[in-house]
Amino acid sequence: MIAAATSPSELYVWLHGLWQRTGLPEGWWLVLWAVLVAAVTMAFVLLTVMILVWLERKVAGDIQSRVGPSRVGTRFGVLQSGADALKLLLKEDIIPACADKPLFIIAPFIVFVPAFMVYTVLPFGRGLVAENLNLGLLYVVAVSALPAVGFIMAGWGSNNKYAILGAVRAVAQLMTYEVPLGLALLTVVMAAGSLSTVDIVKYQGGLWNIARPPLLLAFVVYFICAMAEVNRIPFDLPEAEAELVAGYHVEYSGMRFAMFFMGEYAYLFFVSGFATTLFLGGWHGPFLPPILWFLIKTYAIILLMMWIRWTYPRLRIDQVMRFGWKVLVPVALVNLLWAAFAFAR
Amino acid sequence: MSATDTSRYTGPVGDSPIGAGLPTEEMIINMGPQHPSTHGVLRLILTLEGEVVADVDPDIGYLHRGMEKIAENRTYAQYLPYTDRFDYLSAINNNLAYCLAVEKLAGIEVPERAQYIRVVFAELNRIASHLLFLASFGNDVGATTVFLYGLRERELIVDLFEMALGARLTYSGLRIGGLPYDLPEGFAQACRTALPQISERLAENDRLLTGNRIFEARTRGVGVMSREKAIAWGLSGPTLRGSGAAMDVRRDDPYCVYDRLDFDVPTFEEGDCLARYLVRIEEMRQSMRIVEQCLKQMPQGEVRAKLPRVFKPPAGEAYGRTEAPRGDLSMFVVSDGSTNPCRLRVRAPSFANLQALREMARGHKIGDIVAILGSIDIVLGDIDR
Repeated sequence: MIAAATSPSELYVWLHGLWQRTGLPEGWWLVLWAVLVAAVTMAFVLLTVMILVWLERKVAGDIQSRVGPSRVGTRFGVLQSGADALKLLLKEDIIPACADKPLFIIAPFIVFVPAFMVYTVLPFGRGLVAENLNLGLLYVVAVSALPAVGFIMAGWGSNNKYAILGAVRAVAQLMTYEVPLGLALLTVVMAAGSLSTVDIVKYQGGLWNIARPPLLLAFVVYFICAMAEVNRIPFDLPEAEAELVAGYHVEYSGMRFAMFFMGEYAYLFFVSGFATTLFLGGWHGPFLPPILWFLIKTYAIILLMMWIRWTYPRLRIDQVMRFGWKVLVPVALVNLLWAAFAFAR
Repeated sequence: MSATDTSRYTGPVGDSPIGAGLPTEEMIINMGPQHPSTHGVLRLILTLEGEVVADVDPDIGYLHRGMEKIAENRTYAQYLPYTDRFDYLSAINNNLAYCLAVEKLAGIEVPERAQYIRVVFAELNRIASHLLFLASFGNDVGATTVFLYGLRERELIVDLFEMALGARLTYSGLRIGGLPYDLPEGFAQACRTALPQISERLAENDRLLTGNRIFEARTRGVGVMSREKAIAWGLSGPTLRGSGAAMDVRRDDPYCVYDRLDFDVPTFEEGDCLARYLVRIEEMRQSMRIVEQCLKQMPQGEVRAKLPRVFKPPAGEAYGRTEAPRGDLSMFVVSDGSTNPCRLRVRAPSFANLQALREMARGHKIGDIVAILGSIDIVLGDIDR
């Protein structure tokens, strides 16, 4: 019976059946189910973050003709992330004497929680989505703008000049690239005729979105924006090591720092998975199970981003802004117009 | 260097067009002495107008060891290892400037073979130093991978030095009157294997970094220094040649056997970070040419002139001038006829070059400061001594 439960809907029915047999109130069931879904998603996100951190270090090592992690856990260093997480957990939690304490403490959560919330609408496979919101895309755009508040709080709360500069950069960059990102998403919505992520994947059953010319361009715009949203080279200005040392999280240590770090990698997986959902046909693909297809495509995009990160230099803040407003926004707008004609029904 | 009171700055209030009418304040920020991009213990006091740098004030002295004074308490031979620690990235070139000055003072004739080997060492050290520049400059503009590549290539040269002198950074590889010993067997062959590899990887780097649009956007037109200003500020080395002034001590005031060697002095007119970068890349190729020629022309024979057991140069003074990787590195030695120098004065290229930072950096963004500082390629050991 458990083997048959391949999607949450079937699982849901089965578990719900069990619950009803116990005779406990229905209201409690809803709470329990919500907690269960959240716990599973949380576990997945945390595991993914650990895999990504390890993968990034391995990829970087390979590109830079080094070995990368190779000591903790086999000669491939697979347990390195775990060791690092443990180290961060055990580290002293330092709050600077002159910091604005409440802001300083809350900021990491405001950055991390949205990165986790957006997973709600990410369809991992057929029926494998935490909640099929009919306004899924709008939800993502709204939630993913929230970390900007956390950045400012961290930068201001730290009472450090490097931190405030990093925060200002982060917010400016995030706001700038939200605009073309939103326009690229709108192009997809026009084609699929729905804001629901599940519907968008279903729409690509025959032909992936990336194979439709206006959406190919939208994908390029989305991809560039996504890199800017997750602060990766060439857009890693908010934490530019050579300039600002670490940016807005310069004063954070231990687990609070880890929250920023995890948020970043959780978001990296999300934007890649979202690209898969919107442009690469989501879970669609022959032979292999849907979830595997989804992961393969997502990791392909993640590897592409890592490749770029370890190859290119960093842009300057004014160049980032100019590129966002003067290149990406017009391109996305014209593309939107093109899509409007192409997908007119 | 500066008396700026950083806690209570009462400078002019900025008039940024953004938020006109709103009171704005300049931000004073301390970059260094602990900062990943200040190439050691340099402190830059930046006055920021948002992201724009209104002023930059370099504060030096964190690595001051009193090297010039120490010279007065050491014999001539004892002092040589100290010179390694001036510009520790090009130790041989420092040794050379010191040896040239002392040899001139005592009128010592260095055997021809030693002269050639000195040039080989100096040029290899120049390549190693420029490769480290490539690495750190790449890192400064955010190309982390170039950092690793630069160090990987430098490793080949460092291995050559280890083979010839037994040390990898502070070689103390020369002696007054020549060299401590002859080249080991197979050194020329090792050079001929290593240099083409570096040359190949430089070509690879040209494809990775030099032609990159982002790299160009970060360096072209940034930190421009005109030819006249570069000369007026007393710049030297690649920092000067990047501004179109072809001054190279090796060609204009030859020492050792440079007058018998055929090499170009690359210059670029633009005077920006990119020009300074390109000068260094091209210089590495020229240095390889020089090494190749030296290996070919090198005669057999002694490598060290006979010196008296107690070395006492006659009273007088001498000036040894060399072209170090960072520019005109010269040492002025005064002797009173005793075993120790009476006074030693170092004309360090990094010190003169750093002075121009303010001129180059004003009005640029924070990110540019890092690129400009990287393009001057300072070594704090050279500045502070």
